Amino acid sequence: MIYVVIVFLWVALLLYLVMGGADFGAGIIEMFTSNKNKSRTRRIMYNAIGPIWEANHMWLIIAIVILFVGFPVIYATMSTYLHIPLTVMLMGIIARGTALAFRNYDAVHDNMQKVYNKIFVYSSFITPLFLGIIAGSAVSGRVDPQATNFMDAYVYSWLNWFSVAIGFFTVALCGFLAAIYLIGETHDDAERKSFIRKAKIMNVAAVVAGSVVFIASIKENIPLVQWVFGNFIGIAAVSAASVSLIVMWYLIAKGKRFIIRVLAGFQMTMILLTTTYKHYPNIIILKNGGHLSLIDDQGAEKTIQSLGIALLVGSIFILPALFYLVWSFQQKPEQVDNEMHGH
Amino acid sequence: MDNFMAARSQMALSLGFHIIFSCIGMVMPFFMAVSHFIWLKTGNPVYQNVTKAWSKGVAIFFATGAVSGTVLSFELGLLWPTFMKHAGPIFGMPFSLEGTAFFIEAIALGFFLYGWNRFNRWFHWFTGVVVGVSGLISGILVVAANAWMNSPSGFDFVDGKYLNIDPIKAMFNPAWFSQALHMSVAAFAATGFAVAGVHALMIMRKRNISFHMPAFKIAAVFGVVAAILQPLSGDISAKMVAKRQPAKLAAMEAHFKTEPYSPLIIGGIPDVKNKKVDYAIELPGMLSFMVHDDFKTPVTGLDQIPEKDQPPIAVTHYAFQLMVALGMLMMALGIIYLIAVFKKKNWFDKRWFLKLFIWATPIGFIAVEAGWTVTEVGRQPWIIQGVMRTADAVTPMPGIGYSFYLFTAVYFTLSLAVIFLLYRQIKMVPEIYDTKTVAP
Ligand code: HDD
Ligand code: HEM
Ligand code: HEM
Repeated sequence: MIYVVIVFLWVALLLYLVMGGADFGAGIIEMFTSNKNKSRTRRIMYNAIGPIWEANHMWLIIAIVILFVGFPVIYATMSTYLHIPLTVMLMGIIARGTALAFRNYDAVHDNMQKVYNKIFVYSSFITPLFLGIIAGSAVSGRVDPQATNFMDAYVYSWLNWFSVAIGFFTVALCGFLAAIYLIGETHDDAERKSFIRKAKIMNVAAVVAGSVVFIASIKENIPLVQWVFGNFIGIAAVSAASVSLIVMWYLIAKGKRFIIRVLAGFQMTMILLTTTYKHYPNIIILKNGGHLSLIDDQGAEKTIQSLGIALLVGSIFILPALFYLVWSFQQKPEQVDNEMHGH
Repeated sequence: MDNFMAARSQMALSLGFHIIFSCIGMVMPFFMAVSHFIWLKTGNPVYQNVTKAWSKGVAIFFATGAVSGTVLSFELGLLWPTFMKHAGPIFGMPFSLEGTAFFIEAIALGFFLYGWNRFNRWFHWFTGVVVGVSGLISGILVVAANAWMNSPSGFDFVDGKYLNIDPIKAMFNPAWFSQALHMSVAAFAATGFAVAGVHALMIMRKRNISFHMPAFKIAAVFGVVAAILQPLSGDISAKMVAKRQPAKLAAMEAHFKTEPYSPLIIGGIPDVKNKKVDYAIELPGMLSFMVHDDFKTPVTGLDQIPEKDQPPIAVTHYAFQLMVALGMLMMALGIIYLIAVFKKKNWFDKRWFLKLFIWATPIGFIAVEAGWTVTEVGRQPWIIQGVMRTADAVTPMPGIGYSFYLFTAVYFTLSLAVIFLLYRQIKMVPEIYDTKTVAP
């Protein structure tokens, strides 16, 4: 049963990266959109993410609940030593969620919209940045339960080149996902071109940030190169991701809508796979070389048992409903628009 | 600010904030479902407008409820890592089921908010009902988790170790039913009165009466029925508390001396130093009667409880008195409303009648906050009753004071923003929902 739980944890993280990531990315794209196209872009984005906004964010909650129920030591350690970046991320989540709701449901359309948009855009950037920093810190080997002073225990645990580079890498991935997604949401040719251009920029940004991650890992003695290229699965996944990237750009030129999304999702899967495979089941690497592991640090047996069952039963209800939701709103996206802005 | 105090204050602030949004998120979908149903049955466009107007308000509350809930699920670890390390696997079951319930709620909400004119009308209506039911279930589950902190069960505590963990037994701990019942009813009472109060204000100002009157009535009926049931459920809760947490009950009642014919103390100012209550009304034997069903059997007083295990007495006592007083007030208002419905139909147009409900707008939520203060402060100094002390659970990270100030500022701003937005929703009602201009 522990493996069921671990798979759910991994899938929840992946889906948060993909669905939530595209959602954050929408804000990041907005940041890089010229003022005159902003409101149009915003509407396309809103049509795309509005109905599934709440659901996208549930993946994070599911992951956290799995952690604190199934792996309490890991949860407690992370939330103690990564307190500061977690708090910043929470601020981002609060700001973003409420700004999105406010701008769509404020009955009066006036200058307040500008305020909501600003908050939305900045928090769309901050949240994945710190999410990436947290993920990077977990494996960076800087978390130090033996630290004796504040800076070592609570600041240098996450403030290092490697973690910050991963943060920016995450931001670039989110922007990339959103741009790819949005390409398929518009029928206007000029707009399509502009999303394609943004996807290109984000792709380059991701490559650059990814390279910085590698450089930082070498500088900070983190064996990232070995994790990624030192084993068959890692190499295979990286190759598959690269090939699919080339295929994707080819298909974008051909004007395909859905398959490119699938390929972008596939690339995220491969990235998460390479970065987690080698040091599975360890998910937190400590400064003294020790680690916290999903196998050794799992909760009581009965708890894992019931957690696994709850997750399995839950997914029977959730997955079909979620699928139907996404599917129905794929059919006629324009209508959302009329409904929400029709008055 | 002392780290421990800061952590407690931040937890209280976050929960006190979340509870308001979650109550509304739990209950409003039911109001909408009723109004939606009437619209589908009668075709009267007023009800469609009411449903739509409410659904926009609810969307704002939902987003705020969802983000503040997300914050909470992190805060449990950010503030109380030692507690979570041990308690997570034991009381986590309801949280994992809650995850499913939230998810269904979020999906159904997507269908409901964006599904007008897209789906079969009854399917659309049904998704709204699902939002309400799954919200209610999540509320019940999270309260079951809280109840476990009051009546820990489903494990053996031996030499500081937590053994033989049984998460199902922990979920169905002895307190879960009384607490979940009381909380659910409270959510209906509080939200019902709050929503009714806002519409009553609009009716009194003679704004779109044809819109606000049906809205007022739907909300008020829910609130009234719940308010009349609430004292009954409170009585069940109090009996449970007496059984499992005598220290909390004694603090609620400011009951210092264990003696036969224990009196029920109403109001008054507890004088902790001299172990007495000044200016209170005492009803001899009544407390014994409420707890044990006879007037004589003594009820455990604070004198039987070591000082280091006593909760803050004054806060618990005042909070309890406040909740009960407001509960009685709401019940009385409920009875007046029922008289209006069955006997005196013309009261609905009377200013005094509307004024009563306008004044009552916040009282349900004040009672909810007071009730949680009783539950949480009354459990102190324990985070897990009798097992782990709150002071031993707090995070080792210094400087939580800053975090508390930050959260206070954020929640304060958010509250203002929500009030501002709701004000604008209501202000726009004449323009958007005037039935004369909107075609059926
Ligand atoms: C509309 C809100 C409201 C109203 C009118 C009342 N309550 Fe209440 N009460 C709550 C809202 C609430 C609450 C906020 O929902 C609590 C906190 C924890 C819980 O389960 O419910 C609560 C807790 C709570 C507890 C503590 C339970 C525990 O610690 O497990 C007791 C003994 C009572 N209530 C008793 C009463 C009585 C005798 C009332 C008589 C009128 C009453 N309540 C009215
Ligand atoms: C008595 C206390 C509580 C009650 C009655 C309650 C109830 C609810 C309800 C009904 C919702 C959904 C409605 C909405 O989104 O507005 C909600 C949202 C949420 N609550 Fe609470 N809650 C309580 C305390 C907590 C606590 C202690 C936690 C975390 C440990 C928590 C975590 C969450 C989360 C994560 C969400 C967001 C779910 C979503 O996105 O829909 N809640 N709560
Ligand atoms: C939503 C309604 C709730 C409110 C208003 C509330 C209020 C409070 C307050 C006032 C405190 C501080 C008590 C003190 O330190 O004197 C507190 C502490 C705490 N509450 Fe709640 N609470 C609520 C529900 C819950 C739920 C559902 C849970 C968990 C499932 C929970 C878990 C905690 C924890 C872990 C603490 C910190 C430890 C402690 O002080 O005992 N609370 N809460």
